Parts: sequence; structure tokens; C-alpha cells
Amino acid sequence: MAKIKISITCILLFFTFSFLKAQVPILDFEGLSPYLSKQNDSIYVVNFWATWCVPCVKELPAFEKLNEEYKEKKVKVLLVSLDFEKYYNSKLLPFIDEKNIQSDVILLNDPRSNSWIDKVSPEWSGAIPATIIYNKKKRTFYEQSFSYEKLEKELRKHLK
Amino acid sequence: MKNLILTLFTAVFISGSIFAGGLEVGDKAAKFNLKNVDGSVVSLSDYADKNGVVVVFTCNHCPYSIAYEDRIIDLHNKYNSQGYPVVAINPNDPAVQPGDSFEAMQQRSEEKNFPFPYLFDEGQKVYPKYGATRTPHVYLLQNTGKKFEVAYIGAIDDNYTDASDVEAFYLEDAIDALIDGKKPEPNFTKAIGCTIKVQK
Repeated sequence: MAKIKISITCILLFFTFSFLKAQVPILDFEGLSPYLSKQNDSIYVVNFWATWCVPCVKELPAFEKLNEEYKEKKVKVLLVSLDFEKYYNSKLLPFIDEKNIQSDVILLNDPRSNSWIDKVSPEWSGAIPATIIYNKKKRTFYEQSFSYEKLEKELRKHLK
Repeated sequence: MKNLILTLFTAVFISGSIFAGGLEVGDKAAKFNLKNVDGSVVSLSDYADKNGVVVVFTCNHCPYSIAYEDRIIDLHNKYNSQGYPVVAINPNDPAVQPGDSFEAMQQRSEEKNFPFPYLFDEGQKVYPKYGATRTPHVYLLQNTGKKFEVAYIGAIDDNYTDASDVEAFYLEDAIDALIDGKKPEPNFTKAIGCTIKVQK
């Protein structure tokens, strides 16, 4: 009986993680680039974070709420994780599962950060959390933490 | 009219200094007198007889700092005898990040047998003068004889995850350049790092 329970648990975990894996692509910067320069009617809120980054984790609920509240208003939230690739299975996927993250997540696996930090924004020093809000007309970079109120206020500046 | 212009000029000059955001390459290095993990106080002036100093803002808790610990130790061991010792400074407020307390620093230094000073930026006055924004963040200083001048700012190398897969040895190349009597090129690089922990 115990063996069957263990097997079922394993199978369920396998499927959960397989599902999650399919949902969280691992990309280098070249693969991520298109997500930072979409040319359509949507507004993109791209947040750079990591599971081990305390201020990043603290502000994730603000981004999740934004994702929920503005889904129908063509706002897309993208959470770009800078977790180390070796912790993809042991830390990132369990975190996403545990916190029930609904926003899209991508793991950016590209250690040559000096080559792409400026491409995200020349204003960026490289510290996280960092956020870009952009649409066809306007693009703003933020090297700071956000409360929901502040984040929404900044988003609304791009809604005009 | 002259007074007005002078006042305006002074105001702009002062505000420029306040919002300067730290040192740039070519600037005179900011002094420091900070407590080391062994209880002594270490000052920049202690290094007056050296060719330079490799100031690294780093800490205990940050995964990027941890990933670079061995490399920082190796750098000191390689360049100290060539006149470029490492000085590590923890810029974080332990009230925000308990893992970066002075006691934790002492423990880490002992565990890893740090061959360099590991200083505590008490009151967090030194890192803003340098303009460090993350850990790890390097300021390579050159001793011109009259002062310490910033020669390179930025990353240690181009691969925080894998020391065996580094293609660009930014800091080593910069120190080698100084040893050869040249200017580092590049003299400024960026890397992903942890924010410096400050109380709000």
C-alpha cells in the first residue's frame, strides 16, 4: 500500500514538474531579447528577480496582482528569473509551484551579463530587482522595489 | 548680479557633488577606516607602499559573492606579491540582512581562511562614496604616488556561474595592464549582483 502511495506521489510530482518545466523556458539573452522588444498593442511589464533575492520575492505579489487586475487590458507581466540554472529543478520550479505564480516566467541563463545588461537598459547597474515597463510608444526602466500602488501608478503612465 | 551667478554656480556645484553617485575611473579614491574581522582598523593609507589596492564590495549572503569567493582569494594570492592586495568590504546593514553581521563575517573569514582583510562598513558611509550598487562590485585603485586613483570599476570576470568557463578576465586583465604601465581596457564593466542592503 505504502509503495503504491509513493509511486502515485512520484508520478504526480513528475507531471507537475513536467508541466512547470514546459511553462518556464530557459533562455540565453538572445532568446529573451524578443520579449523585450515586442511591437504590438500590449504593454509589457518585465521584472528581473531571483528566488534568493529577498526584496525581489517581497515585491512579486505586486506583479502577480497587476497581472491579474490588468489581464483584460492588454498588459503582460513577465518574470525573468536570474536564478542559477543548476537550481532550476531544486529551487525555481518548487518556488513557482509553492507560490502559485500565475505570471509568465522565464529563466535567463546567460552568465555573460556584461554583454547584455546595457541592452536591457544602459541605466541598469546590474542589481536586482529591476523592472522595465514598455509598449510601442514608451519604455521606462526602474532599478528599485515596487509596492502595488507604485507599480500600478507607473503602469498607468504607459497606458496613455 | 555677480552674487546671484555665484550663488547659482555654488548651488549647482554642491548639488552635483551630493548627487554624484560615486566615483568614476580617474577619480581619487575615497578614504576608509574600517573595522577588520580580526578587530583591527584598516585604512586605505595603510597601503601607501603598495602599487594599488583591489577594493571588492562583497558580503556573506549574496549568491554572486559566494560564487566569487574562491576567485577573490586566488586574486589576492596572485597579485598581493605584485603589489595589488585585495581589500574586501561588506557594505550591508545587518539589521536588514542578518547573514551579513560582523560575527558572520568573522566566521566566513575563518572558514574560508581569507588571506585579505574583510572590513565592515559600519554606518554604511564608505560604499556610497565609491558608488557601489551591488555585491560583488570591484574598484581597482592605482597608487600614483600622490594618491590612490580609480583605474577600473566593475565585474571580476564574465561568468559568475562557472569559474572554468570564463572568457573575459576583466579584473585580472585590468591589474595586468597596470603592472605593464598601461590603462585597463575595458575600464568599466557591469554584472548582475545583489542590491546593497540599506534600511529604508
